[in-house]
Amino acid sequence: MRLADTLRFARDAATGYPMRTTLSVLAMSIGVAAVVILTALGDGARRYVVGQFSSLGTNLIIVLPGRSGTGGFNPANAITSTPRDLTIDDAGSLRRLPGVRRVAPLAVGTSEINYGGKLREVMVAGSTAEFIPIRNFEIAQGQGLPEEDWNRGSSVAVIGAKIREEMFGNTPAIGQLVRVGDRRLRIVGVLKSTGQGLGLNTDELVIVPVSLAQAMFNSNTLFRIMIEANSRDAIPGTKDQVMETLKQRHRGEEDVTVITQDAVLATFDKLLGALTLAVAGIAAISLAVAGILVMNVMLVAVTQRTGEIGLLKALGATSRTIRLAFLAEAAMLSAVGALVGYLLGQLGAFALRQFFPVFPAYPPDWAVIAGLSTALATGLIFGVMPARRAARLDPVQALMKH
Amino acid sequence: MPLIELSGIQRRFLLGDTTVNALAGLNLQIEAGEYVAVMGPSGSGKSTLLNLLGLLDRPNEGTYKLEGRDVTTLSPDEQATVRSTRIGFVFQSFHLVPRLTAAENIALPMTLAGIPAAERNKRVAQALKDFGLENRADHKPDQLSGGQRQRVAIARATIMQPALILADEPTGNLDRHTGEEVVNLLEALNAKGVTLIVVTHDQGMGARARRQLVMEDGRLKADSRTANISNLAEISG
Ligand SMILES: Nc1ncnc2c1ncn2[C@@H]1O[C@H](COP(=O)(O)OP(=O)(O)O)[C@@H](O)[C@H]1O
Ligand SMILES: [Mg+2]
Repeated sequence: MRLADTLRFARDAATGYPMRTTLSVLAMSIGVAAVVILTALGDGARRYVVGQFSSLGTNLIIVLPGRSGTGGFNPANAITSTPRDLTIDDAGSLRRLPGVRRVAPLAVGTSEINYGGKLREVMVAGSTAEFIPIRNFEIAQGQGLPEEDWNRGSSVAVIGAKIREEMFGNTPAIGQLVRVGDRRLRIVGVLKSTGQGLGLNTDELVIVPVSLAQAMFNSNTLFRIMIEANSRDAIPGTKDQVMETLKQRHRGEEDVTVITQDAVLATFDKLLGALTLAVAGIAAISLAVAGILVMNVMLVAVTQRTGEIGLLKALGATSRTIRLAFLAEAAMLSAVGALVGYLLGQLGAFALRQFFPVFPAYPPDWAVIAGLSTALATGLIFGVMPARRAARLDPVQALMKH
Repeated sequence: MPLIELSGIQRRFLLGDTTVNALAGLNLQIEAGEYVAVMGPSGSGKSTLLNLLGLLDRPNEGTYKLEGRDVTTLSPDEQATVRSTRIGFVFQSFHLVPRLTAAENIALPMTLAGIPAAERNKRVAQALKDFGLENRADHKPDQLSGGQRQRVAIARATIMQPALILADEPTGNLDRHTGEEVVNLLEALNAKGVTLIVVTHDQGMGARARRQLVMEDGRLKADSRTANISNLAEISG
């Protein structure tokens, strides 16, 4: 029998029994939809976290004051007391390292901003011109901090989008003088709105030169030093150089922690990737169940159509022809089920994205491909046994069952 | 060379712990173009004989030569090919595929044999015309009368232009008049040279054949070619 005829024959046979066909298509589609939606959830979580970390900047190396016990990322470091100050000069010394592209010292604190009688509390980040490119922030109006001597900051500020909105409304902000704490600062730039992320919420941030911030908060230490390496490959070497340089500057003491965003990212990536895989595995079990259902449905079909199989044999069908016809039918059931399930799954993922817009619930390609091919493979594998049973039927016996 | 040559055919069935000799030491020759009626009481082995002739069944002993070739030793797939190209079946219960139209049912042997659709359509159109089914091409079997169904079945049996047509009580499910029509169709095929073997209970129908075989307990009780059957009704019981 020709392939096109085999397929048409299988299709007619499947549509000839709508109940059992619907049932197996449904089972298969639920399995595939489960794979698509669950992996979309898992991979969405992974992407969300990775995306949040990536938004911190690319090829980032971060220096924290204080030594962490394990040398890895430890949030506790953010609040431990610092044995030795991390200074602007420390940051400056790192600029000459070969693998370093940019360095930005960072001092933070809270203060009040005051303009035209309006007052509100703000987060103040003291840094340098390179802070904005390192962190991938974008300027909406004006410009960033000026390139200048890090120890002599001019009285300027870059403000977040929300602050501009609240303080200035529709009037232009650039060039205006505002009061931050006890300083009068000129607005030179406004940041583009980014919304809430893992890092700072830049919308409510005021960025000022680092020396100014330190004077404002009456402190000599830095909160962080942000370093951008030349490339991804340069990160490990640069990290060691940073550590070595600061150790020398701190009289041989390793009293800082150097973390790379890469390491943190890789951990989360691996963890959430594994989670997605596990979830996909669980969903795949439902595919196996669907495969068994297809097998049962096909076995019923063989029983129901015993007379027909006998007839086909009498009309000269070889066992191969009959095997292929039943196999094609099983494959069709699972293929249609897989397709319907894929569409249902994509619809579900779409709905998820509509309800949780920040959550990128896209099923990963590998999961879609694996889900679809598992569905087809189980359908075929579980279709083999019924097909062989059909092909082996004794024609005389089969013909009598009519 | 005879079309069919059976020698020493034994066909036994195990029924519980008793052995049924459905065919016992059967010797038979049928020439090409013959019109043979197989008669005899129920359970005498008529269907078993027909299944054997149609290569749906194998004997336990003996040889079956079709067109001079020993077909008992062929593999199942080789036998399928012989069925496909040389043999047409007509069954008492029509055996149409319910979800296929009349035209598709007629085309089925060609579809199974892998004949291209264009050729199939041509031959089906001719067959529909020959069997007076032009207006029924797209009807499903349940939309056809018994006589129409059997005509579809006969059209299907002849569509591969077989040398041999085997009909097991083809009029058994039809009324007298429709049965008559069906027999006429089969006889017309025979007139064109197709060998026709019909199992029947109907004395009148049996008498129309040019040769009668009467079976009893798996044996040939009478053969009109070797002995003059004067009283068919009495012999065939
Ligand atoms: N598959 C089978 N299993 C057991 N016995 C069978 C089988 N087929 C036929 N027989 C037996 O063989 C004998 C001949 O059957 P059959 O050829 O159908 O007779 P007929 O067609 O003349 O009525 C009967 O006794 C029947 O019971
Ligand atoms: Mg019978």
